[in-house]
Amino acid sequence: MARIKNITSGGDTACYILELQKISKSFGLVQANKNIDLQIEAGTIHGIIGENGAGKSTLMNILYGLHRADSGEMLIDGSKVKIKSSADALSLGIGMVHQHFMLINRFSVLENVMLGSEGGSILSAGKISTVNKLKELGQTFDMEVDPHVLVSDLNVGMRQRVEILKALKGGAKILILDEPTGVLTPQEATQLFDILDKLRANGVTVLLITHKLAEIMAITDNVSIMRGGEIVGHRKTSDTDPQELAELMVGRKVLLNVEKPQAEPKEIALNVNSLGCYSSRGHKILDELTFHVKSGEILGIAGVSGNGQTPLMEILSGMRKPDEGYFEILGKKIDRDTKVSPYTMRENSIGHIPEDRHKHGLILEFEAYENMILGFHNTEMTGAGKLLDKNHMLVHAAERMDEYDIRPRNPKLLASSFSGGNQQKIVVARELYKNPKLLIVGEPTRGVDVGAIEFIHKQLIELRDQGCAIILVSVELDEILGLSDRILVMNKGQEVSTVNGDEANPKDLGLMMAGISQGASN
Amino acid sequence: MSVIKPLPRWADLILLPFINLCTAFFVCGIVVYIIGENPWDALMVMLKGAFIYPGSLGYTLYYTTNFIFTGLAVATAFHAKLFNIGGEGQAYVGSLGVLLAAALFAQYLPSLLVIILCICCSALFGAAWAIIPGYLQAKRGSHIVITTIMFNFLASSLMVWLLSGILMEKGQQSPQSNLLPESIRLPKVQDAFEFLGVNISSSPMNLSFIVALIALLLFWILIWKTRLGYEIRAVGKNQDAATYAGINVSRIIIITMTISGAFAGLLAVNEVMGVQNRVILNYTAGYGFTGIAVALMGRNHPIGIFFASLLFGVLFQGGTELDFEFQSITRDMVLLIQGLIILFSGALAYMYNPTVSKIFSKIEKRSKKNG
Repeated sequence: MARIKNITSGGDTACYILELQKISKSFGLVQANKNIDLQIEAGTIHGIIGENGAGKSTLMNILYGLHRADSGEMLIDGSKVKIKSSADALSLGIGMVHQHFMLINRFSVLENVMLGSEGGSILSAGKISTVNKLKELGQTFDMEVDPHVLVSDLNVGMRQRVEILKALKGGAKILILDEPTGVLTPQEATQLFDILDKLRANGVTVLLITHKLAEIMAITDNVSIMRGGEIVGHRKTSDTDPQELAELMVGRKVLLNVEKPQAEPKEIALNVNSLGCYSSRGHKILDELTFHVKSGEILGIAGVSGNGQTPLMEILSGMRKPDEGYFEILGKKIDRDTKVSPYTMRENSIGHIPEDRHKHGLILEFEAYENMILGFHNTEMTGAGKLLDKNHMLVHAAERMDEYDIRPRNPKLLASSFSGGNQQKIVVARELYKNPKLLIVGEPTRGVDVGAIEFIHKQLIELRDQGCAIILVSVELDEILGLSDRILVMNKGQEVSTVNGDEANPKDLGLMMAGISQGASN
Repeated sequence: MSVIKPLPRWADLILLPFINLCTAFFVCGIVVYIIGENPWDALMVMLKGAFIYPGSLGYTLYYTTNFIFTGLAVATAFHAKLFNIGGEGQAYVGSLGVLLAAALFAQYLPSLLVIILCICCSALFGAAWAIIPGYLQAKRGSHIVITTIMFNFLASSLMVWLLSGILMEKGQQSPQSNLLPESIRLPKVQDAFEFLGVNISSSPMNLSFIVALIALLLFWILIWKTRLGYEIRAVGKNQDAATYAGINVSRIIIITMTISGAFAGLLAVNEVMGVQNRVILNYTAGYGFTGIAVALMGRNHPIGIFFASLLFGVLFQGGTELDFEFQSITRDMVLLIQGLIILFSGALAYMYNPTVSKIFSKIEKRSKKNG
């Protein structure tokens, strides 16, 4: 763990708009940040990259006043500051755009931007000045937004703009963006980067928190790499490459792309026919979806999240009933009148790695061995007798943990005590144990460290080569492109197009994800 | 990464409740001191009153029995993250089961069989009273807290109506049922000892204490050893994950409430079959509500529930003694002390958690440095 000295050697601190010295923070026994030194040059885009749990968010929360450091100093423009709350941060010119937007959907853009700085008990004066300010900012940074539209009517990219405008209107000179592209299409991400470029050109300093190597390479000037609560390196972006960054993040050599032999598809395992369903409010969220998956192939489903992938997976795994159409799994026809549950689906050799492991895949307050039988608790996995056989379950869990290299190797540890990658491995180990014939996979590597991504991808390919049919839903285009034999692009619950994996490229997929099918675009 | 490291199990189960209890007693001591009595003397009187005086231990364990039943009722529901406030009503209605089984079978069947039937029926009636709120929660989304509270009132009105109507003892003015036939009254502890040739002072403690211990064991098996218990805990900890696992959440909610109500209904075994030998108005006397504190303090674990029940038994019995011995300590004072203990052990149960956690992490760091 060689600590690499800062990029600019010597230089006086005055040229740094923001400097952190020996920032440490621990929660109980967990040291989230350890002696963090960070220097940010004014008017640059500075990337902070690291795996989940590396301490990026904690560091940013300290900077934004949401947490307080146990020790260490913060300097802005060379002078020491104490940031005790987000109000302090804002007054010092630090703005933050959170991963999950902090907007009130039923308010207009104007009302959202004004929130917290209404300018007196009568609104009208504040409104006029805010409208003017928004116009000015919009022109300077080329991101105009109609101030009178409701936020709920804006798409995700525009909402993000509103967040940025809100921060800028508050006078932010330093803008922190936490995983800003997680919810964007590739095109929207490109637009965001254009905006960041403009911000930089106008003297705003941007701190970009991400785990995506491509983004760091594309837009940042400097990058700091975090691992295990420490900064393990600073680099000038032009002097580094994704491979080096990945190795610094993980601490060992990694394969960024898993090798994939040609698929040998066999018989059809899943046949989906005009599948449709409605949300509780009566909106159509799946619309006439028809596709099939063969044994021995991976069908990737690409799309911006919230375009029908979730209900599709819920229907296929038995958690939800289709309202229209039907699907045939391994020869069994299921429509709205069929009695199914996730339990019967599992009995039919269908595995399901859910999108959200914290919500669905795991019971965080259960111990690892109890999670290892979730959904299989009525099978011989819990022992042969009428009562649960704890020893049997512990042995089963310990074997799976060996097989999947889940650390720490303690089946009695609460699921919440494992890192994201190891939690995901618990889910994967459980769902693959019975050798499913059809596997439904959602976001298998969300919030998973690079090392575990490599492992999980290998597992999926291996399973495919053993003749399993796999449906892979992911918002990470790289993942879809890296693993899928065919790719179905979804938009607003409909199929936009299906393309072969080796013919697909991010640009076309991005357009399709936005709802423009290849034929129509030119 | 923002997780506070959980305490070791023993600290959570023993150390924290102990510190809470000490705090509660300390505050009580201050109150006792303010009204001009010696706190130490008061404590001694209370302990002697609960354990030493003739028959006092029997009284303490009699109260303990009640709290075990109602504590288990609350704890069962807690495991599915349901807040069953209705133990009071379920226990009240449970007594109807005893009366019914006694009326139907006492004349025809051997008494041991009738006793077993009575016990089952008390659980059954308690369960029936809890099924409805369970069903409403599971299928209609009515909040269990609201419905169980309402059902306490319903139970209360129903029992007043019955006890002053068709169930009222003939030729009497007070709202209470006929006495149970002697053959199905549960033997008292002094009777059992007498049978063995040992004389002990009389107390209301009876065979149902054994029933309570069996209930504790059954509870432990149910929650930690059966697949149903696994499903109950899964629903309690994460409903979405339970659904994903194929567990029918509504079904589990209804079943859990049924079992919870059954435990509460067993209160009738102690009170009706063991002590009063009849159903009297308001015989549940708040045991159902105290069960909430018992379950909280006992961390929903059978061993914890046993000791919490014992503690509340001591408080009830020793409290009566306090009231008796000290002029200035009245019945209300005793209630205040109980209230303080519920406050510190129940409502503020985790007040010391961060502090203790910090101390633990310091100790661990130090031992790491040294080691």
